[in-house]
This record gives sequence, C-alpha cells and structure tokens, in this order.
Amino acid sequence: MKTKLFFIFAVAIFAGLAGTASGQTNTDVLIKNATVMTAAKGTLTNTDILIRKGKIDKIGKNISAANARVIDATDKYVTPGIIDAHSHAMLDAINEGSLSVTSMARTRDVLNPTDPSIYQALAGGVTAANLLHGSANPIGGLNTVVKFKYGRPIEEYLIPGAPPGIKFAMGENVKRGRQPARYPATRMGTLEVMRDAFERARDYKRKWDDFRAGKTRVPPKKSFELDPLVEVLEGKRLVHAHGYRADEHLNLMKLAKEFGFTVATLQHGLEAYKIAPEIAKFGAGVSIFVDYWGYKLEAYDTIPYNAYILWKNGVVVSINSDSDERIRRLNLDAGKTMKYGGVPEEEALKMVTLNPAKQLGISKMTGSIEVGKDGDIAIWSAHPFSVYTRAEMTLIDGQVFFDRAKDIAMRETLKQERERLEKNEANLPPEKRLKKPEKPDGDTKADETKPEETPTPAIEGGIDR
Amino acid sequence: MKIKNIQRLTNYCFRTFLSFIAVGIFASAAFSQNGGSQQNVTGTPGTFAITNARIVTVSGAVIENGTMVIQDGKISGIGANASIPQNAEKIDGTGLSVYPGMIDAGTNMGLLEIGNGAAGTVDVAETGDINPNARAILGINPNTSHINVTRVNGVTMAHSMPAGGIISGQSAVINLNGATQDAMSVVPEFALVVNFPPISTFGGFNPLTGPRILDFSQAVKRRDERVKSLKEAFEKAKRYADVKEAVSKNPSLPKPDMDLSLEAMIPYVTGQKPVIFAAQRSRDIRGVIKFVEEMKLKTILYGGAEAWEETEGLKKNNIAVIFNQIHNNPLSDDDPYDSNFESPSKLQKAGIKFCVSTGNNGANVRELPYQAGIASAFGLSKDEALKSVTLYPAQILGVSDRVGSLEVGKVANIVVADGDILEVRTKVKYLFITGRKIPLTSRHTEFFDSFKDRKLGNE
Repeated sequence: MKTKLFFIFAVAIFAGLAGTASGQTNTDVLIKNATVMTAAKGTLTNTDILIRKGKIDKIGKNISAANARVIDATDKYVTPGIIDAHSHAMLDAINEGSLSVTSMARTRDVLNPTDPSIYQALAGGVTAANLLHGSANPIGGLNTVVKFKYGRPIEEYLIPGAPPGIKFAMGENVKRGRQPARYPATRMGTLEVMRDAFERARDYKRKWDDFRAGKTRVPPKKSFELDPLVEVLEGKRLVHAHGYRADEHLNLMKLAKEFGFTVATLQHGLEAYKIAPEIAKFGAGVSIFVDYWGYKLEAYDTIPYNAYILWKNGVVVSINSDSDERIRRLNLDAGKTMKYGGVPEEEALKMVTLNPAKQLGISKMTGSIEVGKDGDIAIWSAHPFSVYTRAEMTLIDGQVFFDRAKDIAMRETLKQERERLEKNEANLPPEKRLKKPEKPDGDTKADETKPEETPTPAIEGGIDR
Repeated sequence: MKIKNIQRLTNYCFRTFLSFIAVGIFASAAFSQNGGSQQNVTGTPGTFAITNARIVTVSGAVIENGTMVIQDGKISGIGANASIPQNAEKIDGTGLSVYPGMIDAGTNMGLLEIGNGAAGTVDVAETGDINPNARAILGINPNTSHINVTRVNGVTMAHSMPAGGIISGQSAVINLNGATQDAMSVVPEFALVVNFPPISTFGGFNPLTGPRILDFSQAVKRRDERVKSLKEAFEKAKRYADVKEAVSKNPSLPKPDMDLSLEAMIPYVTGQKPVIFAAQRSRDIRGVIKFVEEMKLKTILYGGAEAWEETEGLKKNNIAVIFNQIHNNPLSDDDPYDSNFESPSKLQKAGIKFCVSTGNNGANVRELPYQAGIASAFGLSKDEALKSVTLYPAQILGVSDRVGSLEVGKVANIVVADGDILEVRTKVKYLFITGRKIPLTSRHTEFFDSFKDRKLGNE
C-alpha cells in the first residue's frame, strides 16, 4: 500500500484545495471556438458552449454572455466528461468477502474524498464513476455513483437522482479458495447462492406485502440483506454483474428472467461477443475492457473486437477501467474500438460517455453535450483518441476541477511547501530529531527474521478484476 | 462454428471430437502454407517490393514517396528510385507508411501465458534468490498466443527477462516469429537480470492486521544486508573467473570444480555483457550506481520511475534506462499527476540513453506504441517517441547494427501501416519479420472471424 506519511497527506490535501480553488464559485462558463464532439449529435466545429448555473444552456456559434468566465478553446477538442462504469477509486475497502451474500455492505460507507487517484482521473478527463464493491461473492455490496468533485465534501460527490445499484459476481474470483473455506467453490454453487438469495427475498417480500395489506398483524423482521434484493425484484435497484465466461452470463440472464428482474450491466463480459445476440435480446448493457486480457484463465478468450461485435448487435457497450491507472486513458481505449472492427467515431466516444451514463441511469443528466444536461466536460489539446492529446481542463457541473495550466503553475509552490514540511520535527528521520523517538510498537525482531519484499510484479491481474 | 486456434491449456470450451478433427485438418493445411505450426504461423519468405509508400526510416529523413525492397531476409533497397527485382512480389503502398518493427526492451514474453489460474504456463521466476544460470531462452514458449497478438500491432522484437529473486537469470532478445526457440533467438543470453534490493518499509502482511510497516532505518539496514549478499555473489563469481583465467594460462594449476551458477556469471562480472538492474526509486537507483561503480559492471537500469532525478550518476557511468512506467500511477501520492508521462522527455533532455518499454509479461506488450505516444504528449518530440520504441531499444539491446531503423543491409523487420504507427486508430496492413511476410492473424482475429456473424439460433 501507499506510504502515507504526514507530509504527503498534507501536501496532497493542499494540492487538492489549491487545484480546485477555481471551482468554489458558481460563475457561468463560456467555452469558445472549440471542436465539440457531442456524443449525441455529431461533431461541431468552431462552436461555443455556454454553461449557466452548472447546466449546458446554449450550444452554437458566436455566443456571448456577460459575466461568464470565458475559456478559449481554439484548436482544442471538447467532449462530454468521461464516465467509468467500473471503478474502485475512493474506496477504503473493496470486498466484504466473508459471506456469500453481502448485500448489507455499502460502498457509500467507505468513500475517501481525498484519494489522489480522483485527481489523476480528472486529469484524464473523467468526471463520473460507478464505484463498485469487489467480486468476492455471488451477491456483493451496494455501489455508489459519483462525480469526481475533488476537494469537496463527500456529500457533493453523490449524484442526486442516480439510481442505486448492487454488485453480483461469478467465476474465478468467487470460486477462489479462502480461509476459512466458504461456499461456493464452483460455478454451480455460485448460481445456487443467487437463486437461494432471491427465493428468500421473494418470501421476505411476500411477508411484507401481506403485512402491508393487513393480512398479518406482526411486521416481519427487517433484513438489511434482503431489502436491496427486493428492490432488485421491484426494478428499483440496478444489477451490475461481474462475469467472464459466456455461459455465466447466459445462466444469470436465465435466472433474472425466472425471477423477473433486469440486469443493468454485465461487468467485464470478456466473452460477451460470443453471445452478443442473446445479450441484445435480453437487453442488458455490457461494460468491458477494450483490450486487456489474458491475466487469468477466464480472461483468455476475450478479444479487442468485443466492443465492435456487441455494438453491431445493438448492445449498449461501455469501456471501463476497473483501475486507478487505466481510468486515466479511457479516451484512448475508446479510440481503439475504431481500429478493432471499425466502430464509428461517435459510437466509440459514446462508449466512455453516453453509454456508461445510460447503464448507470444518469443519461438524462450527463454523458453527452446537449442543452439542459449537466456541464460535465473535458477539454483536450488534440483529438481525444490521439495518443498525442492531453486533457487540458475538466469541468463538473460547470466548475473547473482540473486545469493543467494551473496544475503546472502550482508545482513550484507545492515543492516549497513539501520542503518546509519535510523540515518539520515530526517528519525528520529519528536520528535528526531533537526529541528521542518512542520505541516502535511490536516485536521488531519478528520483522527482521521474517522479511518480505514486495515482489517484482511478474504476474498481474488484481484480485477484483 | 469455425475453430482454429486450439491452445493446449484452454480448450475447455472446444472439447468435442469433431473439433479436434477440424483443427487437425486446418493445422496441416496451415503448415504447408506458412512453414510453421498453426499456433505460431511463421510466414512466407520471398522477395518483396513495397511501392509508392511513405518510408519512415527513423535513422534518416522520411522518404515521402519511395520503394522498399526486401530480399533474402534483409532490406536490399530503399528510396525514390530503388530498383525492383524481377521476381519481387509487388505491394502497393499508396497511402501507407513503412516503419521499422518496434522493439519492447522489457518483457517476460513467452515465459508466462496466463498469470492466475494456470500455474503450468508460468516460467518467469526460479526458486531461490540467486539464479544466474536460469536462461529465459530455455523457457520461452514459441507457441504462446502473445507472440501473434503482439506482432500484428507492429512490435516485431522483444527482450524477455526472467523476474524472480535477486539475481533472476539471463534474458534473451527474440524475434516475434519462429517455430522453435533457436529460430526466434537473436541474442540468446543478452544480460544478467538483477532485482536490486530496494529500501522497502514493507514488513510482511498479516491478514488480520494488514501490512506491517518497518521503521525506515530498519528498512535501510535490511537493504544493506541484501546488497552485501548480492555483492558477495558477484565477488565470488569474480574470483571464480580469475581462477579460471589463471588455469587457462597455466594448465598446471588445479582446475576448479564446475559451478554452473558462477560459470554463468563470468561474462557479466568481467564486464563483457551487461547487467540489468531493476530499480524505480531515486534512493534505489543511487544504490545501483554505487554498486556498479564498485563492481565495474556494464549496466542497464530497468524501471527507472525516478531515474530523471539521478541523471548525473547514470550519465557518468554510461547507464541506459529501459523505462517502463507510462502505465503506472505516480510513485508518490504528491507527485505531479504526469510525472511518469514526463520522465522519458526528462531523460532525453539530460542526454541519457533510454527507451520506452511496457514492462509487461506478454499479453499487453502490444500497447508499446501507445505508451511512447503518451510520452510524446508530455514532452518528447514525435521523432524521439518513435525512436524510443525502435532505434533506442535496438541500441540498448546491442542489435542496432541489425534492426531498429530502415537501412539497406539491415534485417527486414518491417511494419506497413495506414497511418502514424503510435496512434491507437492506426491499422497494420503488412508485416515482415526477418523478411518473411507474416499473416496478420492471431488468437484474437481467429475468435473474431468465428463469432462476428453469429446469429440467434445459430448455436
């Protein structure tokens, strides 16, 4: 894990506050003279966008607005802010893997608004993300959909009106051996855990329905485990189902049909291309890596043409990161779908903007550049699919949360700040401190006899992919 | 369903008897066409002329409209007026660009097929800390699917390194083509790979209480002890080399017993061949510099996240950097967000010999051009970015007399693409490795062909 020395914290927080200083006021913003890739209605050249009270107010030529902050975007490209439908950024804990069903666990309770990866994602043009529970259990915890309002209180990250969701998972991560042993250990058991949970949820719902209809006098015992599953049965909570093999997805879709619920996204779906017509007929979205593969056995059959085949079959496809690293370059990942199979440019852009917004149920608010939508926007130095591009500015609700020019201008100040903090007594190495440091806790001898290095990462593929 | 690319370990979904028959028939057909197995199609040799193409030589000026001639595995002509042999297969290069094949100088190509869940495919790390006699060339699987997937994206050569322990073993430079290890091999034993012991405060992991963090001074002590044992290994090998040399001059001296481990280190401790040290942090890179100054080694640095801070020492000791950090978040939370993107340009400005590498085990080495592209977005010129994945890795790997640029007499490792080869949207149209025209097929194109037109009811 990251070394979190005091001064690093201090500098990071300072950087965060300073970096978003411009976002503190709610002024109108006028972006001038850009090439605007709307992700809805084509690409518009020499176009202005006026954002008023956080919403896109006007899109057109020669717009003027008194008192608006003007951003000159001549020779620059503007896209909707990128949306990642699968991320674990901000989460201080990812897996509650102790039980097979952990629908009572909420990612909302472990959000860290000072995670530096938020800022790094903003610097890749990302404005919103689906923060998912991990994939340790067939039915995992509840996810949270946020906008990356770095430097703001946690409440402001939450998107009003974003439907709630839940994580399901199948395959190797669920099966993986654990101590103590936990059911299920096979794909057979995984499906049975899901079936059992939904049978219980159905019984639980019937008991509540009976109580509410006056058929029984005593209310059933409240279940934090089953309440979210009842919401799934009632169509009030989105299902995001992690899986790799085509058969897993087919079996989940059968189960969903049987119990009468829908699936918002098949997450990962590395073999989704093998069953694209079935997925299209069922109506699930699919959220995939564009070309990341082979890191485990069940990731061996995917192909970078996955997005193209799904798109051609009419499936709503999004390209996700599932990684604090990859999230910084989803624009390039979208561009790759043009190479592999030949997804048209606007459809490719939608895979990291409008399509994830649709999958997360927030497309009425964000995901494309259209009048009335939130001012969630990325400004690029060159075409967003070019390797030579840089995100220059990222706006959320019309407020600037990343500004490359400002970031660079701040670096000297931050360096001095860091040097000053490093000289602070508390941050000096023990031998240079005036006061003698207290003895470290624990048996240090054990540390010496049992040294463990972080190994060179020859084997990749995190526990949650 | 058309089934082609059967893999030994993952044919779980293709188990039917009929499939095996179909694969057998197809594989034998492929063999006669391509001179290789279906798993590793090795292409066809011949004389080829690519005409009317934009030729990006890398070592010289771009030729806007020229011809490139490939004969006997080599480049035999380049230029606006290059003469075309009568027997040449002509390829119309109108609208296309010709590039030297790209080279990834930091991979585990062929040593690992699937990292998790298929331990039988993993040959990256030997048991124990000191394994100079472990040779990558003996573990590389010529039939790995990674090879075809990588080369169809324009990467034609890779440096494959073992990765375990402290002295991991010896690396190999390979062409991404060939039915056998010998056929792929370019430099079978290129360098000795060393994971330089880092100063790490990580003191083990307890599942209940999480990671244990060591006091920094303790971490330094632990590092020093490990460096001491590394130094002892080198000194022992040096003495062994001295004894062997003395015996060769004076056969009457007692001959030392053969020690495979020490024997393997001779070319490295005597400075004939390079030692690759993996290190990322400044403090560890300083440790490497101090170590190699003392031991007088020919050195290459692998990793190099903070190499830009140590350019003075690197330059003084003529240490090149294989930089593999583009697809990594900054090392420290308070580093600028683009610190890794900017590193290559900082190394270049400081006059350090460097190249951009994926550092990937194989599956994702095809991302190499895009990583160089990102380095270019953050300071490196487009020319330098291209060099950082062609000529510069060739120089660092000691093969620039043969590959890395388009020049008459060089090996014909050539990529023909419909645009800038570093861009994600660019498509590779033709591919040559050692002058053989390679089909643009891979495990991925084969699955694509099998499933792209599948309809409901077509089970």
